[in-house]
Amino acid sequence: MEVKVIEYKVFEQEVQALKAKGFDYLRNLTGADFLEEGLGCVYQFENTKTTENVNLKVLAEKVGEEYILPSISELYAIADFYEREVYDFLGIIFLGHPDMRRLYLRNDFVGFPLRKDYDMSETNPSNQMPEDDEKDSDFTCEYTLDEEGNLRRTEKCLWMPEDYVINIGPQHPATHGVMRYQTSLDGEVIKKIDVHAGYIHRGVEKLCELGTYQQTLAFTDRFDYLSANQNRHALCMAIEQGLGVEVTDRIKYIRTIMDELQRLDSHLLYFSCCAQDLGALTAFLYGMRDREHVLNVMEETTGGRLIQNWNRIGGVQADIDPNFVANCHLLINYLRPFFKEYHDVFGGNVIFEQRFKNVGVLSKEDAISYGCTGGTGRASNWHCDVRKRHPYAAYDKVEFDEITFTGCDSYDRYRVRIEEMEQSLRIIEQLIDNIPAGDFYVKQKPIIKVPEGMYYASVEGSRGEFGAMLISDGGKNPYRVHFRSMGLPLVAVMDHVCKGEKIADLIAISASLDYVVPDIDR
Amino acid sequence: MEVKTPHIKAFPYEEFRDNETLEELSRQLNEGGANVVVSKLDDLINWGRSNSLWSLTFATSCCGIEFMSIGCARYDFARFGFEVTRNSPRQADLIMCAGTITNKMAPVLKRLYEQMAAPKYVVAVGGCAISGGPFKKSYHVLQGIDKIIPVDVYIPGCPPRPEALLYGMIQLQRKVKVEKFFGGANHKEKNPHPLVIDFKGMAKEKLEEVKKFIKKEIDNTWK
Repeated sequence: MEVKVIEYKVFEQEVQALKAKGFDYLRNLTGADFLEEGLGCVYQFENTKTTENVNLKVLAEKVGEEYILPSISELYAIADFYEREVYDFLGIIFLGHPDMRRLYLRNDFVGFPLRKDYDMSETNPSNQMPEDDEKDSDFTCEYTLDEEGNLRRTEKCLWMPEDYVINIGPQHPATHGVMRYQTSLDGEVIKKIDVHAGYIHRGVEKLCELGTYQQTLAFTDRFDYLSANQNRHALCMAIEQGLGVEVTDRIKYIRTIMDELQRLDSHLLYFSCCAQDLGALTAFLYGMRDREHVLNVMEETTGGRLIQNWNRIGGVQADIDPNFVANCHLLINYLRPFFKEYHDVFGGNVIFEQRFKNVGVLSKEDAISYGCTGGTGRASNWHCDVRKRHPYAAYDKVEFDEITFTGCDSYDRYRVRIEEMEQSLRIIEQLIDNIPAGDFYVKQKPIIKVPEGMYYASVEGSRGEFGAMLISDGGKNPYRVHFRSMGLPLVAVMDHVCKGEKIADLIAISASLDYVVPDIDR
Repeated sequence: MEVKTPHIKAFPYEEFRDNETLEELSRQLNEGGANVVVSKLDDLINWGRSNSLWSLTFATSCCGIEFMSIGCARYDFARFGFEVTRNSPRQADLIMCAGTITNKMAPVLKRLYEQMAAPKYVVAVGGCAISGGPFKKSYHVLQGIDKIIPVDVYIPGCPPRPEALLYGMIQLQRKVKVEKFFGGANHKEKNPHPLVIDFKGMAKEKLEEVKKFIKKEIDNTWK
C-alpha cells in the first residue's frame, strides 16, 4: 500500500483539497503508536467515481503531554466515530471535534491500551473488572488551541434540560447484541440518539500485537460471526500481500465459493431477524430452516457450523469434501424457489411494507459520507461493492449484478439482501463445476515474518466492506493490526437516520441496517 | 423418603457424563432426611419446574446465534420445555450467558442476575463465558463469569454445537430435579451484599448516625 507522509501543518489543507477533488469516502482510519516518531494516524480516502485511492500518514503534534491532530469530522461524517475510536485507544486529541469522549471503554478507564507502553499485566487496575456501575456523564467536551498554543477544553452538555431521555440497551432483545442507545424523545418522535458501544469490546487489536501471525487469524472469525469466512479472508489476503504469496486458482475458487455460502447464511439470518424484530415468528422459522441447509454444506467441508476457521495464510485448511460439488448443486436447487415464498409470506405483506417503506431514509451523499457500505449503501444507490470496485479472489472471473436501489429506505435495504442471495447462487453456480486442479495450500514457513510496511486488503463482507490494515515492522508479531468494521458506520448513522422517526421505528431501522455488535466493538 | 436420581425421558441415566456430582448433591440432601408429604410435593414441583425452564434472552456474541438455532425448527428446544424466552430478568428462571463478558458488561450481568427471582440458575455457554476463551489475555475481558455469579452448568465449545447446548440444558434439568423446593433448598445463596462499614477516619456525627442505623436494622430483624 502506497502511503504519502505529510506534515501536521498542511494536513488540513491537503484533506480539503482531496475532498474537493472527489475523494468523498473515508475508507479507513488507523491510529498507531510509531514509538520514536510518536503517535500518528493513517487515513485512507477513496474517490467513489474512479475507485482511486489515496493514503495519508500524519504524525500527531505534541502540546505539553498531549498529542493533537486536527479533526476532519466536518468533511467526513464518519470521522466523528473513527476519531473517537483513536482517542479512546491511543489518546490523540482531535482539535475541533465536537464530541471528544471515549467510544468503547468506560469513561473512568485509565490509560490508552493501544499505546506500546500500556501495562497489560493483571496487576494493572485498569485491566481488572470494575466493581461499580459506570457513571454516566451528561457532558462532553471540545478541545481547541488558544492564541498562545495551549490546549483549551470546553465542556458542553449533551442534553437540553427539557429533553426526555430514555435508555435502550445494553440488554435489549432488539439491539442485536449488547448495544446501548440513549434516546431523546419529543413525544413519540426521536430527537437524538447517543450511541454507547464497547459492551463487547474484547481488545482484539491489542491481542493481535501480542501473538504471531497465525494466532491473529482465529480472532477475525469471532468479530462478525456471520461473515466469519470473509473476515478471515481479508486478513489472510493482507498478510499474503505482505509476504508476496501468490495463491493458486483453486484456492481462489474455494475461497470465493465459501464467501458466497457465508453470505447466503448471513442474509438468511437477516431475513429471519427482520421478521423476528417486527414480530413475524413464522417467517423467522422459515429463514432459519433454510439457513441450516447452507450450514450443512459448509460443515461437511470445514467441520464448523457457525465459525469455520477455514482460511489460513497461503490457502485453506484442507481440500474440499468429495461431496461438496454435489451438495452445492442440491443447495442451489433447494434455495431458488424459496425466495418467492419469502416474498409471499413476509416481504410482500402489507404490514411489513408499511413498517419498512419510507422509514429510515438515507440519501446517497450521506451514505458515502458516513461510509455505510454493503447492502445499506447499495439501497441508497451507491455502487460500493468491493467485489466490483477492487475485485479479489475469483470475482473477476464471474458474472454477477451489483444490486442497487434508489429508494434509500428500509424496504430497499431488505430487498437488496433478498436479491443478493440470488446473485450469490449465480456466482456459486458459475464456479462450482469449474474448480481448477492444483494445491489447496501454498506452503509457508512455520515462523512468518512480514516485510516492513503497510498492507491493506478488503473484502465484501455480508454487511459491507471489511478491511484488514496491517502495519509490520518486519518482526514475527504484527506491529499493529486494525480492522475496518462493517458495523461501526451503521451505528454511527443511527442518529442521523432515526432523527424525526417514531420510537417504534427505531427497532425496524436497526433491523434493516443489519449490524453485528462484536464486529463494531472488536 | 429420599431425593432420587433424576429420570430424563429418552436419555438413559448411564449415558450422562458426570453423574458423580449429582449423586453427591443428593447424598448431601438426604443426610437431613425429609418429610414424606413435603418430598412428594417436591417431586411434583420439580417435575414442573424442570420441564418449563424459562431463559433470559442474553446473548453477547457468537453463541447467541447458536442459541437462536436451537430455538428453531431443526433442533427445537420446545421438545424439552425451554422454548419460552423472556426479555425481562424478573420473569426468567435462568440466564444462558452466551458470549464474552467484558469488563464494561460485567456489572450489567451482575445486576441482571440480582434482578432475577430465586430459585435461579446460570448456564455458561462457550469458552468466553467459562474462562475468557481466546480473549483471556485481553485487558477488557472477564475471565469467566463464575468470578461474579455462581454457575450451574458449563457448556464448552467455541461456539458449542446445538446438540451440546441441548445436553447442557438437560443436565440443568437433572440438577433442578435433585432439589428440595421446600425446606432444605440446596440452591439458597448467601447474602450477596454483606454490609461492610469502614469506621476508620469517620467523623463523630457520622459515626453516631451509623450506630443508630445499625441499631434500627438489628431491632427490625428481631421483631
